Amino acid sequence: MIITAQKPLEEILNSLSPYNSILIAGCDGCTQPPRGLKEANILAQLLGLAGKQRGKSFKFKVITVPKQCDSFLAATSLKPEIEGIDAILSLGCGVGVQTITEVLPDLIVLPAQNALFIGGENREEDVLLERCAACGDCLLEYTGGICPIARCAKHLLNGPCGGSQDGKCEVSPDRPCAWQQIIERLSKMGRLDKLEEIKPPRNWNLNLAQRKSQG
Amino acid sequence: MSKLSEALQSGKFVVTGEVGPPKGVSVQEMLESAKLYKGRVAAVNVTDQQSAVMRLGSLAVCHLLKEMGIEPIFQVTCRDRNRIAIQSDLLSAYVLGIENVLCLTGDYVTLGDHPKAKPVFDLDSVSLLQAAVQLQQGKDLAGKELDGIPKFFLGATVTPGANPLEPQIIKMEKKVKAGAQFFQTQAVFEPRKFEEFMQTVKHLNVPVLAGIILLKSAGMARFMNKNVAGVHVPDSLIEEMEKAENRVDTSIEIAARLINELKGLCQGVHIMPIGWEKRVPAVLGAAGL
Repeated sequence: MIITAQKPLEEILNSLSPYNSILIAGCDGCTQPPRGLKEANILAQLLGLAGKQRGKSFKFKVITVPKQCDSFLAATSLKPEIEGIDAILSLGCGVGVQTITEVLPDLIVLPAQNALFIGGENREEDVLLERCAACGDCLLEYTGGICPIARCAKHLLNGPCGGSQDGKCEVSPDRPCAWQQIIERLSKMGRLDKLEEIKPPRNWNLNLAQRKSQG
Repeated sequence: MSKLSEALQSGKFVVTGEVGPPKGVSVQEMLESAKLYKGRVAAVNVTDQQSAVMRLGSLAVCHLLKEMGIEPIFQVTCRDRNRIAIQSDLLSAYVLGIENVLCLTGDYVTLGDHPKAKPVFDLDSVSLLQAAVQLQQGKDLAGKELDGIPKFFLGATVTPGANPLEPQIIKMEKKVKAGAQFFQTQAVFEPRKFEEFMQTVKHLNVPVLAGIILLKSAGMARFMNKNVAGVHVPDSLIEEMEKAENRVDTSIEIAARLINELKGLCQGVHIMPIGWEKRVPAVLGAAGL
């Protein structure tokens, strides 16, 4: 799922300031934490109050879209709601904002979220963790199911750097060293031999060629 | 031919030093420090924006050292350059007569003074070694033929005090396989542990220069223990620095003692004075080098 964080209210207010009638669109797709109707309503209330403090009275309409990234669903959900609307504030990720821009090219579409990464949810520890970099060349077979592109700060392919200590990354003591995890995992599986192979430099542009979906 | 390579082949205990380029263009002080190494060490490393702090470039300073008759070791990290720039810099080094190259991954950008910079890491230390080898074979990483072929003496690094050690050994093996011809290590303060490390990597049959950092104070030792991955200064040395009547004398004494204990264990030492370049001749004197 796409992990997002809401932008600071001040930033959203600044972007909305030229407009009066705003459609706030939640997304019931994969965004995590949830950014559906409930969250869209809460954001409408917060923006309403903050707007009043600045002497600005917005008119909000709140809906949600099953998947903002699907052009058909975005168009069918939004088109009946846009009469008299100056701008749409999207709670989707960047894909949602851009899909709506494409299906409603005459409207202003503004982001309410910062998309952070493709990640998973660890419910036991109540944390969202980056797990995939969408690099276009999955390495998980070689690395025992742990991705060094998404989880090693330097995207290293041939083992840990000298900054790995006590299983932690040099970037932050809260960040596990992905290569330490990979080596532990492969060692447990009796497959450390996999690491003997030297991985050549990656093709970092692989996904450019693949970006037009083969559908 | 690389003088460092010759020194290592001679079988003598080899010493290398290090200078850090300044933040700015005033090179006089650094060059004065470098002069102290002349005739005393086989080669001098020039750091590449150490700790991800923006400074004068390693290649330019290597050239200045070369002009002074000092054998430079060009440190190259993968942090700031993609494969196009790195290969180009390797060629540039060669035409300036710089053959020794130390291939490193590089500290992450957020550790330095430009934490918002885009980190590159297009290559890693292993593929950087391979790139240099490929250039020596007359081809670049795209497989295109070179007009004129460079020759390098390639080094790499290892952290003997890393915990756990096994991942570092796996990587060291890969570096040798990729083309590393010598190793310089992270600072060593515990010769017995280092001896165990050397036993573990004996099969690689590659020269190792043990890292020596001059301890400036007990505080510095504690700081490194807390903040520098794989560096451990034992309590006995911290105490020795704490009780020292003259910190400089004690620091020199400790470094010389470590060097003497390392003499039978590896092929040489790499001295990182971090600002105390002036003390290096005294350390070498005290260590009988």
